[in-house]
Amino acid sequence: MAAATASRSGLRSALPLLAPAYLWLTVAIFLPLSAMVFFSFMTELPLSGKPWTFTLGNYATFFSQSLYLTLLLASLRLGLEVTLWCVVIGYPAAYVLAKVLKGRSREAIFLLVILPFWSNGLVRIFSWAMVLREGGILDTALNAVLPFKINIDLMYSYPAVIIGLVHSYVPYMVLTCYLTLQAIDDSLIEAGRSLGASRLQVLKRVIIPLSMPGLVAGAALIFVPVVGSFMEPRILGGRTGTFYGTVIEDQFVAVFNWPLGAALSFILLAVVLVILAVASPVLRRAA
Amino acid sequence: MAGVQVSDVSRSFGAHKALDNVSIDFADGGFYALLGPSGSGKTTLLRQIAGFDFPDSGRITIGGESVERVPVEKRRIGMVFQNYALFPNMSVADNVAFGLSVRGEAKAVIATEVQRALDLVQLGKLGGRRPHQLSGGQRQRVALARAIVTKPRVLLLDEPLGALDKALRVDMQIELKRIQREIGITTIFVTHDQEEALTMSDRIGILRDGRLVQEGPPEEIYDRPKSEFAATFLGDANIFRGDSTGDGIRLADGTAIAAGVGAKLAAGAKASCAVRPERIRIARDAGTPDGNANMLKGQVSKRIFAGSNSTYFVERAGQTLKVIVQNTGMERLAEGQDVVLRWSPESTVLIAAN
Repeated sequence: MAAATASRSGLRSALPLLAPAYLWLTVAIFLPLSAMVFFSFMTELPLSGKPWTFTLGNYATFFSQSLYLTLLLASLRLGLEVTLWCVVIGYPAAYVLAKVLKGRSREAIFLLVILPFWSNGLVRIFSWAMVLREGGILDTALNAVLPFKINIDLMYSYPAVIIGLVHSYVPYMVLTCYLTLQAIDDSLIEAGRSLGASRLQVLKRVIIPLSMPGLVAGAALIFVPVVGSFMEPRILGGRTGTFYGTVIEDQFVAVFNWPLGAALSFILLAVVLVILAVASPVLRRAA
Repeated sequence: MAGVQVSDVSRSFGAHKALDNVSIDFADGGFYALLGPSGSGKTTLLRQIAGFDFPDSGRITIGGESVERVPVEKRRIGMVFQNYALFPNMSVADNVAFGLSVRGEAKAVIATEVQRALDLVQLGKLGGRRPHQLSGGQRQRVALARAIVTKPRVLLLDEPLGALDKALRVDMQIELKRIQREIGITTIFVTHDQEEALTMSDRIGILRDGRLVQEGPPEEIYDRPKSEFAATFLGDANIFRGDSTGDGIRLADGTAIAAGVGAKLAAGAKASCAVRPERIRIARDAGTPDGNANMLKGQVSKRIFAGSNSTYFVERAGQTLKVIVQNTGMERLAEGQDVVLRWSPESTVLIAAN
């Protein structure tokens, strides 16, 4: 009884602190999102002035045309691959930052990791375009070093999309893994080795399990936006860069079929939520 | 089981000499305490023996095998860390099983050995718990079980009782000693707590500034310290400084103090005498003269009552002397009282000036 009263008065005093954030979320996210839900069940956009009715047709389109499912699977694969590369690249970096480097050198390397966050997304992607295109920086540099003529034209290809996306999202993995790795006491590593475990065994049995929350958080932060990404696939992928995200973008920007775009978005949201729901108990057990 | 020999080991970190030519012989099956203030190099020495760090020069052998360049996981040692370092992602049983399991032992063997180790530390029923569900003393026992279950050649303990409260610490001292006797393992124990070192170990090595100051059984170091540092770091001591007379010293004011034990020094050299506070008798007056006893006059400046005993602080020629008296129901001396201090030459250790 006393506890309940206390927590209620605690909530009341916390209200002024919570209100601005929730008000903002309501206005900026919840209202437009509900409008989108509404749109996704319409035959026409009301803004166009044409008569409209409610329909499930936009959702039916997804299931009637295999193209959308194919693109969704391609996008999920893209999300999986980018997440995997971010783990492969980001985790060792986070380990070195957390456990090997100290003081000034750690700060410097940290800054290099954060830098992509501070640069504009478009600038980042077009820089990659300059590096990857035929006769671009990568080609020129390799040809300057190698004795034979080489021509790796990566621009407008699937690998180019992967490279661009990994570059954009790897800092998330580094940061989340760094935070969990840094919290692991060095004496745990020493204890493992004193018990006869090699460095690899310590990594497998102690460090990775203990940093699993960071890996999971990083993976979720990367996988979800990558599945819906459209900027990197469009600019770096060219004709090969048609993914679920670019098709949604087309509906809004090019075709002006907002209802279909909205429906496709919510199908993606549902699929992602299902994947996270299925994955979370497995991942929680691993952690 | 095996003895450990450390010969001429040095280790520097930058300009700081953490270990300076240290040699100690740790006998097979012995319980050895490395005692010293923080920064004395005792933990550095333990880490060299464990293999977390390699010496710049010198030799380390375990069971006669040279190991100074062998990494820790190949040394077959057991170690208990100051913060216990239990794996938080594993149950108590899995923590204890870790060493056997990385070695690839069969599951049935692991289960038997883990249970035996947990029984040995009296935690047989807690195998299913997680470390965070245990008390400090229980974690300590799990860490110990984990360290000995692999049957290591040496057991290394890095201030293992430092995080426990006083009562629990005394219990664990007895417990640790019992387990060590039971399995007969060579044990090297780092501590800054002199009482712990005195009560638990067969031999003590005192370190200071990376050097081994003195080494031997606790009684020997306590009764015959070879330096002022050893005398004051292990237990309490009154130090008198003066010129050697060969069998004692002469203080600046001419008073002679006879020393029955300690260094043999030529007359005239600078020297000190150390006397333990409990060896001094304190009285209101000289009473019946006692032929060869050392005698000084002073004045009580303070008395601290501690139950079973009292400590008197006695001012004498600008020096404060400490005298500990058992509370046997005799008369208590008031502060300000003029007193006579007496002690035998056998209780006086002659030490070369450092």
